[in-house]
Amino acid sequence: MTTETADLNRLATPPTFQSVSGARKFKNGLATALVYLAFAVAIVPLVWVLWTVVQRGLPVVLDADWWQKSLSGLLSRQQGGGVYHAIYGTLVQGLVCGLISVPIGLFVAIYLVEYGGRSRLSKATTFMVDILTGVPSIVAALFVYTLWITTFGLGRSGFAVSLALVLLMVPVIVRTTEEMLKIVPDELREASYALGIPKWKTIVKIVIPTALSGILTGVMLALARVMGETAPVLVLAAYAPFINYNLFDGPMASLPLLMATERNNPTQAGFDRIWGAAITLVLIITLFNLLATVISRWLAPKTK
Amino acid sequence: MNDRSVAQRPAGTGDPGARRGVPAARPDSEAPIPPTTEAEQNAPHVRPGDRIFRGLATGSGIFIVVLIGAIGLFLLLQAIPSLALDQVSFLTSREWSTGDVNNMRYGILDLLLVTVVSSAFALVIAMPIALGIALFLTQYAPRRLARPFAYVIDLLSAVPSIIYGLWGLLVLAPVLTPIGEWLTGALGFIPLFAEGNVSIELGGTIFTAGIVLAVMILPIITAVSREVFDRTPATHVEGAIALGATKWEVVRTTVLPFGKAGYVSASMLGLGRALGETIALMIILSATNAAFGWSLFDGGATFASKIALAAPEFNDPRSAGAYIAAGLVLFVLTFVVNAIARAIVAGHKEYE
Repeated sequence: MTTETADLNRLATPPTFQSVSGARKFKNGLATALVYLAFAVAIVPLVWVLWTVVQRGLPVVLDADWWQKSLSGLLSRQQGGGVYHAIYGTLVQGLVCGLISVPIGLFVAIYLVEYGGRSRLSKATTFMVDILTGVPSIVAALFVYTLWITTFGLGRSGFAVSLALVLLMVPVIVRTTEEMLKIVPDELREASYALGIPKWKTIVKIVIPTALSGILTGVMLALARVMGETAPVLVLAAYAPFINYNLFDGPMASLPLLMATERNNPTQAGFDRIWGAAITLVLIITLFNLLATVISRWLAPKTK
Repeated sequence: MNDRSVAQRPAGTGDPGARRGVPAARPDSEAPIPPTTEAEQNAPHVRPGDRIFRGLATGSGIFIVVLIGAIGLFLLLQAIPSLALDQVSFLTSREWSTGDVNNMRYGILDLLLVTVVSSAFALVIAMPIALGIALFLTQYAPRRLARPFAYVIDLLSAVPSIIYGLWGLLVLAPVLTPIGEWLTGALGFIPLFAEGNVSIELGGTIFTAGIVLAVMILPIITAVSREVFDRTPATHVEGAIALGATKWEVVRTTVLPFGKAGYVSASMLGLGRALGETIALMIILSATNAAFGWSLFDGGATFASKIALAAPEFNDPRSAGAYIAAGLVLFVLTFVVNAIARAIVAGHKEYE
């Protein structure tokens, strides 16, 4: 009986638009929930880490001495002192590394975009830049150790650290610069050539200025990245609790090295120094990230 | 792309003399510079600036290629004398004592196992989460918020690894201790969850290290996958929608098949990063003399953390050479993983 009525009610042809079945709706909802959850899960450690750093480090860095004094002459359990010696080391090592890396990275990118074409060397270079991106910082440090210390017989110094950081910074600069040069319209190059401008002048005066904001942004981000590297300073520099202005000689502190050293200090002073240095490092990195944003806004090509 | 622009340019209007005599069809190729005759030297358009600039650019390209070779070569040269002094098999021994240079006994088996297991564990955690985030950022998040959200994920990679290490050991590890104790208690019969060779209360286990590593490699896997997912052809997506697919079905039938290779490649890049991670693991992992027993609750050291721990005391080149040999193995390992990651993507022209 019931089957007959059902048959009578059935349409001769299936409807054009069928509603989504329950199982499909459920799967869709589940997938959406999981995808949102994945994002939420990733936010947790970020907030947690930053909260830990701020909570433990902020009280330490609010003292003006922190920014104006070094740890010279202080015992490991003595409170007070500051880290300006380590801030100096971090900034100088990073900036010297930048001074070496930027020209190299810039020229490699120019080669890849403007000269290389599809040649074999160009492909090899692209491949090697990719490999260099993946070289662990400890391997870069060991390489500089074998080159600078064992082969040349020079001592550990801040400059050796800068050299190791160059290995880590160059591929980042090549990548960003390459992307930026690629999006410079060919019409600009052609217009310049049509005026009889040589290729190198076209690159220097037309292509690079157009891409400048993107390149500088990349440089700032790369600088922020290398300043937090710990492995090279651990291998290539000795720690000093006092200021050392000389990049080429003697022990030199930097924020990561200070943290690694004070980790062996079980007192409250050691605890404060570690987290104070951590928040200082995060602040410096944030500063460079902000600089990157400001530069990209400021120097962006005027389109009007 | 600028090959074309160069080729269309009338001869002699700005092209340096260097390339005269090369067919116009391939002006930017690596053809050798033809020897300049006297007539060419007198030509008005020879510009030394061009030649110098081209030389600098090409030289920098060559420099990068040579640099990678030099890294391998220098590490190898420094490692060989020490390897000759090694009293046990370098590849299969679990010992590591380099203090007495006349009786150095060291092998990398334990280092290799701890490195690979901790990285693989990190990858197992990070891969699904990174996939979810990449899908969220490209398909689910409101368009206007997608970029700020992506920026937040990128911030994860801006935090220095030493801070991750301190956070992992001092903050995260105590939270993980009850989970670890429950796992060893309930699932202890599985070797992976068996009681380890270091204390769970102190938290210096591969378990803690792997979770911290997972957080650290999330941004790289996400960033690369996101780029690939973003390139899914709009026509595929629209086709699926027109057939009445739900959001998930659109993702499953268009985005995932298109981006699969990119996602796998991204994960390999993440693996490479995890293998070489140094300071976070140096801080987290508890040192132990016991051999690695295939448990996530073991301690030990990875290549990178072992080297970093010993680095400040590198004095004798012979004992330092032992660590350099370990560094060389790590370099080869990351080289292979990164090369595979690249090879996977290289076969897919649609990602260009």
